[in-house]
This record gives sequence, C-alpha cells and structure tokens, in this order.
Amino acid sequence: MTMSAPATNCLMKLMDNQQTLEDYKSDISPRWCTGCGNNAILAAMQKLCRTEQLPQEKTVFVSGIGCSSRFPHYMNTYGFHGIHGRALPIAEGVKMRRPDLNVFVTTGDGDCCSIGAAHWIHAIRYNMDMTVILHDNLVYGLTKMQASPTSPRGLKTNTSPTGAYLEPLNPLTATLGVSNVSFVAQGVDWVPELLYDLISEAFHHKGFSFVRVLQRCPEFMPDTFDPWLQDAEKTLLLTHKEGIQISPSLSKVYKNQELHDPSDLNRAREIASVLDPIPVGVLYRNGSVPCYDDIRRSETPYTPEVVGTALNEEFDKFTIWPAQ
Amino acid sequence: MESQLLDESRQRKQARRVPNKKRKGTSKPAKKGKGRSPSAKKSVVTLSEHVVEIISDSGEGAQRCGQSFGSIAARMGNGIWTVEIIPAEIRPPARSVAGASGNRIRVASGPVDNGGDEADLVVAFNEQVLLGRVRAKELKPGCTILMENMWRTDPDAGVAKSYAKAYEELTSAGYDVHEIPMEVECLKYVPDARRGKNMFALGMLCSIYSLDLQMARDQIAFVFAKKGAKVIEPNQELLDAGHAWAEANLSFKYEIPAEKAEVPQIVVNGNIALALGVLASGMEVCAMYPITPATSASHYLSSIFEKVGCVVHQAEDEIAACTFAIGSSYAGKCSVTITSGPGLSLKQEAIGFAVMAEIPMVVVDVQRGGPSTGQPTKVEQGDLLPACFGGHGDAPKVVMAPSSIQDCFYSMITARKIAETFHMVVVVLTDASLATSQQPFPRPQFNENWVAPPVDQSAVSENAMPYDWDARIGVAPRFTPGQPQGMHCLTGLAHDPSSHVAYDPEINEEGIRHRSQKLAAFQKTLKTPKVFGDEEGDLLVIGWGSTRGAIEEAVTRVRAEGGKVGSLHLSFLQPMAPGIKEILSRFTQVMTVENTWCDSLEEELVDESNRRYAGLALLLRARYLVDIDCWGEVKGQPIKPGSIARVIREKLK
Ligand SMILES: Cc1ncc(C[n+]2csc(CCOP(=O)(O)OP(=O)(O)O)c2C)c(N)n1
Ligand code: SF4
Repeated sequence: MTMSAPATNCLMKLMDNQQTLEDYKSDISPRWCTGCGNNAILAAMQKLCRTEQLPQEKTVFVSGIGCSSRFPHYMNTYGFHGIHGRALPIAEGVKMRRPDLNVFVTTGDGDCCSIGAAHWIHAIRYNMDMTVILHDNLVYGLTKMQASPTSPRGLKTNTSPTGAYLEPLNPLTATLGVSNVSFVAQGVDWVPELLYDLISEAFHHKGFSFVRVLQRCPEFMPDTFDPWLQDAEKTLLLTHKEGIQISPSLSKVYKNQELHDPSDLNRAREIASVLDPIPVGVLYRNGSVPCYDDIRRSETPYTPEVVGTALNEEFDKFTIWPAQ
Repeated sequence: MESQLLDESRQRKQARRVPNKKRKGTSKPAKKGKGRSPSAKKSVVTLSEHVVEIISDSGEGAQRCGQSFGSIAARMGNGIWTVEIIPAEIRPPARSVAGASGNRIRVASGPVDNGGDEADLVVAFNEQVLLGRVRAKELKPGCTILMENMWRTDPDAGVAKSYAKAYEELTSAGYDVHEIPMEVECLKYVPDARRGKNMFALGMLCSIYSLDLQMARDQIAFVFAKKGAKVIEPNQELLDAGHAWAEANLSFKYEIPAEKAEVPQIVVNGNIALALGVLASGMEVCAMYPITPATSASHYLSSIFEKVGCVVHQAEDEIAACTFAIGSSYAGKCSVTITSGPGLSLKQEAIGFAVMAEIPMVVVDVQRGGPSTGQPTKVEQGDLLPACFGGHGDAPKVVMAPSSIQDCFYSMITARKIAETFHMVVVVLTDASLATSQQPFPRPQFNENWVAPPVDQSAVSENAMPYDWDARIGVAPRFTPGQPQGMHCLTGLAHDPSSHVAYDPEINEEGIRHRSQKLAAFQKTLKTPKVFGDEEGDLLVIGWGSTRGAIEEAVTRVRAEGGKVGSLHLSFLQPMAPGIKEILSRFTQVMTVENTWCDSLEEELVDESNRRYAGLALLLRARYLVDIDCWGEVKGQPIKPGSIARVIREKLK
C-alpha cells in the first residue's frame, strides 16, 4: 500500500520525535575498565529512558563519588555528580520543589552504605519518589581496593591485608528493616534482561525504589562472582505477577525459582538474609507508603502576592503603631 | 545594585541619635529601707534611660515578664534593647547561682542599639540567681534590687540561712536592697504563686517606670490570646496587684519620657527578623538541623513558611541539610541553610562543592561560643575566618554580617540576590546576641522585587555552554533542569566550560580564575562604608556584626570627653568594600573590637612574632599592610559600651 505524502510526513515526524538510545548517550564515552559491571547498568538505564521516552531535560541523574558515581556524565540528561556519600540528600533537595523531574540516584557501596549510611536510612524513611541504584561491587574501586562495608569477610584489600575483619553489612536486610520502606529489589549486572526489568519496575514504583545491583569489578575483584556465573543454582529467581516475569529461555537456565509475593515483608526479609543462593527479583513493594515530597507539597501557589500578604500578617503581630 | 540594599536599609532606619542629654544615672530613692514607706506623694525622677533585669529560676516566667516589659515600653514609644539571660541547661537545679533565667531590658527615651552597661535595677525571685549576676559583675554599683523575701522564713534552715547571708553580702556591698513579699501577695490571688509571680513583678515595674497600666493589660491579653480569658484575667489581676503594691509601698518612681516614633515599628529578635527576611527574600526552601542558638529562626519559619507553599526541612544532620539546600537550589530558586558554628564545620565540604559547581546558596551561621560545643547559648564572633576560609582549596564566597535586628531582616534579601546574581555561596554571620535581642525597627514595606523571579525553564540556545564564563566578571550562565538543550553533568571535579571533567592543566586554572573573578566583580558594586564619629583623628575602631551599637556608643562617649575617635563597621567581610585603605590612613592608630579571643601583648610569652590576632584584625592587616591592633572579649556576653570606652581611653593615652 502506498501512503499519501502528508501521511508519510506525519509518520516521519513521529519517528523524528521518537528518542533513540543514542539520544540518551552523552558525548563522553564511559571510562570504566573493560568488563566493568557499570557498563551493563548504564545500558539498561539508557534502554529504560528510551522505552519510557523520558524527556532528557526533565530527567536528572544524581550521584556521589566513586567509579559508579561517574554514571551521570555518560547520560545525555541533566546530571549531578556530587560529593562522596551525599547523593541522596542532594536528590531529595532536587525532588522537593520539582515533582516534574524524574530523579535517579546512582551510588556505590562505599558511597551509600559507609560514608552516606545515615542519609541512606533516612532516605528510605522519607520515601521520596526516586529510583536508586546501589552499584555494589563489594569493594572501593575508585580509591583502589579498600574494604567496603559489603566486602566479604576475609577479602584481602589494601587496608585489610590479612583479610577483611568483619562480616559484611547486608544492604537488603538493612533497607527492609527501615520504617516506610516501599520498594526493594536485587539484580545482577550479568543478566541484563532481568536487570532492565528490575530497573523498570523500580522506575514505575512511586516512592523510594531501591535496587541493589551486584556489579562486577574485574579490576579488583576478578573472580568474586564466578561461582554465581558458573552455577545457576546459586541464584534464586523471585517471580510473581506483582514482581517480574521470567522469560521461558531464562527459566531454562535459572531453574531455582520462588513464587514470592512482594507485599510479604516478612518473607522478603527472610529471603534477603540468605546469602547463598542470592535472590534476584522484587523483594518488596508497597505502593501505599506516603511520600515525604507529597506530604510536604503545598496546595498554595507561590506568588509574590501570597508572600506579601503573609509577611504583612506576620508584621501585624509585631507592630507598634505610632500613637495617634 | 544588590549590595546597596543593606545601605539603603540603614538609611531607612531612623537617624541614629547621639545622646545630647547627660545621663542622669541611677537616682537613689529618698528613703532607704525595706520598701515599707508608703508615700502619699512620691516624687517622680526623670531618667534618660535605665537598664532593668528580671531573673528567676527557669520556668518561673522571668523571660515573659521581661519581654512584656520591653514591649510595653516600646509601645509607649521608648527605645528598647532586650537581652535574654539563658542558662545553658534546660532545667538547671532550682536556686542555683548558674541558673539565672530572665531578661535584661535597656529602656531609653530615644532609640538604642545595644544592651548597654550594667543593670540599674534588678528584680530577683531568689537570692541565688541574683548572686550569679553579681558575681558576673552585671550590676552597677548601688544598683536597686527588688528581692523575693519568702526565703527568709523558709522551713529549710539552710535556705533561710543562705538568704540571710546573701542579704548581708548585698547590703554591705552597697546595693539598695528591697525585700518584697511577692509570694505572700500573689497567694492572695492565686493558689500557686510560681505561676503568676512574673505578672506581679511586671505590675511593680509598670509602677516604678510609670508605664501605662492599660497598655500592660492589653499586652497580657495579647500574650495569652490563645489561652483565653481563663488565663488572661488572673494574670491581669496579678499585674494590677503588683502595680498597686508598688504604688503603696515603694518610695521611688521613675519616668523615662518617650520620644515617640513617627512610623510603625516592629519589635522582634534577630532570629525572627531573619526568618521574616527569608520569607521576604523569595527563598522557598530552608534545610536545617537543630542547633542553638540558630534553631529558633527555623522554629518561627516553620510556623509561617508552609502557608506560602514553602518548606523548612529538618534534615538528618547538617551535611544533609546543606546538600539538600544545594539540590533544591540547583533545581530551583536559591535555598538557605541555617546553622551555628559546629554545623558550619560539617557543611564546609558541601559549601566548597557549591562554590565549585557555582550553585547559589545562602548559609546563615548564628555564631555561638566555640570551639566544639563551647557555649551554645552565648555570643561569640569566632567564625569569621572559618566562614571565609573554612573549606578546603580555594573556595571564594561572599561573607556578610548584619549588625542590627533590622539588618538581620534585610540581609536575607540582599544575600539571596547576590547568590543568584553571581551564582555564589553567601555566608551570613549573625550571633547569639542578635538572635535573642529585641529592638524595634521601622516596619518594612514589602516590595515584590525582593522575591526571586520564577525559575527559568526556557530552552537554552543550541551550543550554549553551562560554564561559559564571562571573561571579565567570571559569571557563567546557569542551566536548570527542565530547560531544553541545557543538559550537562554538573560536577565538583575541575571542569571546562561545557562541564566536562578537565584533564587539561590550563582549564583547572581557568575555572579557579573565573570563580575568583566573580568576587572582584561583586566588590565593585559595594559602597565605601561611612565612618562614625570623627572622620580623622587619633584612633579608628573597626568592628563587624553585633558589636556595632556598643562600639558607636563608646565612640560617642569618648568623643564627648574630647577624644578624636571614629569607628567603621563592615557589613561585607569578604570581599571588603573599596575605599577602606584611605580611611585607615586618616587615623594615627587603628584597632578592631571583636567578640572573640586575641592574645594580649601584656602576656609574658606573647610578642609581635607569635601574637594571635582576632579574625578581622588579621584580615585587615593582611590586606592593607597597616599595623592594626585588636581587643576582644570571650565572656559569652555582648561587649558593653563601657568596656569598649575604657579600651579606647587606654589606647588614646
Ligand atoms: C569526603 C571524601 N572522603 C573520601 C573520598 C575518597 N573516595 C572517593 S570514592 C571512595 C570510595 C568509593 O567506593 P564505592 O562507593 O564503593 O564506589 P566504587 O568506586 O566502588 O564504584 C572514596 C573513599 C572522597 N572523595 N571524599
Ligand atoms: S575499578 Fe572496578 S568498579 Fe572501577 S571501573 Fe574498574 S572495574 Fe569498574
């Protein structure tokens, strides 16, 4: 069938306005090491932006400091490469007055769970509408191999030459333990299909959506995740109609599955506390937790007149009028 | 330009009055005694001013009494300056020397701009809190004392004994002590005299200073408006009782004639003025973490900000407060974070980031005694250097300091404008003294230009760069999320004009140069500050912040004695206004007076090579290469004009 000229134009225009993957890539190419898991997270995120057709100017990526925190430089959106540990309060400030912006946070395990730990706990409680990706490579990458709070006990690093001294902190149970928790998921960088689905679920959840991604760091942790890459039984896929659906081809590989209802907080905590096999999927989701940004949003439109009126009302309380 | 707002606001203030009458001082009552000499006809002594204190254990309402007394005097047209007397603990043990809680009110015929010298008259609910004030040398010699006498007959022999002992000590020290049966009198009206004794005391003060009793009743109705008639009426009754008792039993009575103000005045403390200023400035987000003495500004702001659709965010700590403010400034209008010294230290890394990324932000530091937890409720000006240089690396920012309650209000409007015009951090230094003192100032007329314009969401022109620094003034555009084609990644790493991380050695220097340039450009908009007193002479005293009123009063006193003295007060500490060097050259000697530590050359081990100077002295010496001396105090109190006058006289010898 042939199309009339105007119809073709119309379609072309439509195609024109469609953002492509390229449109979400900045003019800087990523400077991560070859094989670094951050690349997979970046690809999944660019795909999400493309699929959702997020307007670049209405999208902000906020990060702290670390290898993973270079992320915003590689997105053709607004980016905020902040200071170590403080990505979350920065993102909260952005979101507070700008509900129209899509806010994403990319943070490392040192950034989030060590120097930024206080902010992390409170950010869960604020439950502001943003998507947070914890790039967990179990080590400090940028500063060259020091123990992170999530490093496995015994890991030899530059600050623990005989092996990391303590049991690691579990970011999933920690997050699930904070009041107002509303979305927790875990993904792995080496299964891009699931990674994308999880980030997408997180994006569509209204509230503080926390996705921990186990991220390979070939530079400092070359074999750490090998057992999981080699043995599919060491991964527990969480499936549910309220969670993610597993494609038949994936199902063939990852047979270790559990039907987990993401509204079941107690079961989510149990699953999260098992370290082997590692769970992958949506652990918890509760759409009814109030968001601090909504709670604090006022219906009063802000105008100079409103300010003037309020100011004069306040002045009235403190004014001494001259005697007549 | 923006920075002139401060000067304008000062012009708006009524012309500073130089006292032309000689102070009458305390007049002793004709008859000394226990206040038991009812005089049918008391002679009313006219005064030009008096410093009155009312003190009690905390929780007994002396603060409310003092504030009300100040407000009534202000309503009558008197100039007032009130200072809160606050114990460091929330509930110090009853009857303790360190537990004095209350208010000091300087009442004068004309406007006053500082708390003055020692007290002329003190009302004390127990002798221990009074002894605390005596030991702190806060009473004038011969000061009139009105003291609750219930303790004399206290069932606890120890209490009775310490009261009797204190009475002896005070009378033999020459104070004019009057024992007042406040408890007994109050119990005639209320079952629990602890609640209400303050209003009885207020009644006495209204009688002593010939204040309008009806105005006092109205003030009580205003203060307790929320609580209703059940609370208002008994308090008014106690007020009347105190008034009647003083009329009948006290042998002295004063009058401080008011030079009535012609324009409406508002009476607030510096923190309230600051919060009103935040509202007026058009800032929409205040992120804070509680810290004395800054918190009350945020308390008050919380009560009004939501009404206009704005937010006070109590963050989990100061770092979060500051970064939250940065995030909201980045995505919208300039935000403010309010703190005190320890909080400023925690914010420094984030402040450096805002400087680097050129995000506007206003940081208020209500200074308190330091270092560390120091003296949380007490005044000090120790944060000048940390405010200018506290962060790491070269982080140029504006540092300014209001010097009156009125300034606290206008400084927020000015600071917001500077921050948004130059994409800079503006640090505003007030202190515990300004925070808690009250002084009337002309009611501001709201001006819509004070409020920030709406956030620009228009498309950025193609190929425009976020850090396209202006070669001359250093200012770059600012692209806010939402602006099409403005996408870039802002970073605290060294960056080039397109906000790409700079690996090139030249680019790092270029960025630093432009950020520095902005300060030079801003400095060109500043006016040379005016010299107070002699334009040239033997000594120039330089100050900043809350010490202004006291310094100028001291200068006035010494000039009246024939001294050739002037003073200069700096609103902008970084950068400093042009023309200062020329002013310095007109005086034989120059010194700063600051509420902070500086080594004295009298110390055995201190000499020119190791002397630690006060902050402003250090800055001025470095900039102007003039041998500038300094004097300071860290007593946790506002410096008194009398102390400064003594230092000036010494210096002129
Ligand atoms: C205040 C501060 N302290 C320390 C650093 C140094 N630093 C930069 S990144 C980092 C840790 C990075 O580890 P992680 O967050 O796990 O990120 P990764 O590099 O592994 O992605 C540290 C300690 C800093 N930039 N700022
Ligand atoms: S050091 Fe590790 S985390 Fe950092 S870029 Fe290289 S592989 Fe990635």
